[in-house]
Amino acid sequence: MPCGLFFSGYEKDDAIFKTVWLKVWMVLFVLFLLTYPLYAQAVSEAVGMNTLNLFNLIFIYIVGAHGLNLLTGFTGQISLGHGAFMGVGAYTAGILANLGVPFWAALPAAGLMTAAVGMIFGIPSLRLKGLYLAIATMAAQFILIYAMRNWEGLTGGSSGLIVEPASIFGISFDNDFNFYYLSLLFAAAATMYLKNITRTRTGRAFVAVRDRYLAAEVIGVNLFKYRILSFGISSFMVGMAGGLWAFYITIISDEHFTMWLSVQYLAMVIVGGLGHVLGSIFGVVFMVVLPEVLRIPTEALSGVFPDISSIFASLRELVFGLVVILFLIFEPDGMAARWHTIRAYWKLWPFSY
Amino acid sequence: MSAGVSLAEKSAKTSVSEPPILQVEDLHLRFGGLNALSGVSFNVSNGHIQAIIGPNGAGKTCILNCICRFYQPYRGRIVFEGVDISKVSTHRVAELGIARSFQNIELFKGMTVLDNIKLGRHVHMKSGFFSGGLYLGKAKKEEMRVRTEIEEQIIDLLEIEAIRKQVVGTLPYGLQKRVELARALAMKPKILLLDEPMAGMNLEETEDMARFILDVNDEWGVTVVLIEHDMGVVMDISDRVVVLDFGTKIAEGSPKEVSTNPHVIEAYLGSEAAAHSKLGL
Ligand SMILES: Nc1ncnc2c1ncn2[C@@H]1O[C@H](COP(=O)(O)OP(=O)(O)O)[C@@H](O)[C@H]1O
Ligand SMILES: [Mg+2]
Repeated sequence: MPCGLFFSGYEKDDAIFKTVWLKVWMVLFVLFLLTYPLYAQAVSEAVGMNTLNLFNLIFIYIVGAHGLNLLTGFTGQISLGHGAFMGVGAYTAGILANLGVPFWAALPAAGLMTAAVGMIFGIPSLRLKGLYLAIATMAAQFILIYAMRNWEGLTGGSSGLIVEPASIFGISFDNDFNFYYLSLLFAAAATMYLKNITRTRTGRAFVAVRDRYLAAEVIGVNLFKYRILSFGISSFMVGMAGGLWAFYITIISDEHFTMWLSVQYLAMVIVGGLGHVLGSIFGVVFMVVLPEVLRIPTEALSGVFPDISSIFASLRELVFGLVVILFLIFEPDGMAARWHTIRAYWKLWPFSY
Repeated sequence: MSAGVSLAEKSAKTSVSEPPILQVEDLHLRFGGLNALSGVSFNVSNGHIQAIIGPNGAGKTCILNCICRFYQPYRGRIVFEGVDISKVSTHRVAELGIARSFQNIELFKGMTVLDNIKLGRHVHMKSGFFSGGLYLGKAKKEEMRVRTEIEEQIIDLLEIEAIRKQVVGTLPYGLQKRVELARALAMKPKILLLDEPMAGMNLEETEDMARFILDVNDEWGVTVVLIEHDMGVVMDISDRVVVLDFGTKIAEGSPKEVSTNPHVIEAYLGSEAAAHSKLGL
């Protein structure tokens, strides 16, 4: 091939981790993730919380947050329905599992079902943007929650739905240790998927739709297709997260998938950084870990002053809200933007000069 | 590299008798009480550089917006390569091989130059949400191939190697115009519609842009429809000129014919003295 040389040149340019040191750091990070459950016990005891459980939640939410980031961060379409979409995935997976469908089939089915639901509720995006789309998707949230609560024959209504833990090839994922590797796998796959799609044709089209939809049409991007496609992929991912959640928690009820979860998802991608793959990861870690960290001093204080313990509990929520607001004021582009400047500095570390 | 080719093509260009690549027939467009276009017709011959000139508000941009299907004329039709495109959707127009640039730059400002140009290749690429997300084999190969093509054919031609990794929003105006041309070229267009590509440029930038347009026309054989407000450049590089005023065509012909047409001098430029200075005569 005559242009072989150019090929390898651009391929290098295309690599995600461009310098040797970034590669080294990445390998170390992966090693850490793979071995963490081995010393999780010790760490958990030292910090006084179940860190393996936290990791599992983080991994599950990363799958969903990547989905919302694709929709809101990359395609510019806001959704206040992702909490309920996650519920659709959870119920689909749970119901199928209870019918005897194996885990490996029930989980993708949950994703596909949620994708279908998300695409239907995404149709208003063809006409609506910004706040109007937010309201339209909020309606989806309420409709879906209503269905989950009242379609008792299917969902078990307010008493919830009990799900058997997942198992593949006889390995049961009924404990934090095993589930860690399962959810890590999905979080990693979702991250790779988002990274790849955003650096290829489809992802560029999404960003084009977000930034200038008239110019996007002129270069041949079918707005209709890409707006709905974005809802589809995004809902698929959050549906998968819902399915994982169902198999992890093993009892699902509509209470978990309320408007509050939708808002939390949005907060995750905004605080983390809209339109950055790392943004959803940072955002999830922040939103899952911070309340737990804040629990330590408030619980200690409640122990000392048991009479006013309820005040400390609400104080925790107040501090949490305050931190989020301060973050948005001082880092409006999210944590990922700050990370990029830090990384630029550390790129060649320890040989920066 | 192109001298021989361009000479051959130039002479071929004048002797063609094939049907026009683009026919604009009797376009009527109205905004409320305002007649933006009232019965504009003209043909664009394959391989030509055809200019559309006229004062501000004459309806030049409206014609491009009708061709791209942003605006729906209430009468008239647009025929591209013998096919009526008055009913197809905007993104289909791009697939047919019609590319355009905008008077007020419409680039994706947060993306790099390279990504903007790659977006121009959208309709010629295949990877979808599945293969792209996996980024194995086919999708990766396609990205690499498109990157190579863009680097060798477009970035090289427009002399934008140095800025290809920069975010478009940070570039000066003149360079952004060039990137917009690059994105349009990435569409492998059969016809290129340029809306005031030299507006707001200094003399050097204007000359560069004129050279790029000539290169693209010569080397790639792309037909060009060039809207310009200022006539100096137009007279130099166009094969044929259409003059608009208040939504009607008031003259058409070679640059020389048009610039000596009394209607043009009177209606388009007011006094004759001003006309002569503006026409660069
Ligand atoms: N979207 C629109 N709504 C209302 N009027 C418009 C619109 N687009 C163009 N016009 C009017 O149509 C006329 C022609 O505009 P245009 O084609 O942009 O002129 P130009 O020849 O300077 O490019 C102008 O009077 C303009 O105000
Ligand atoms: Mg105009």
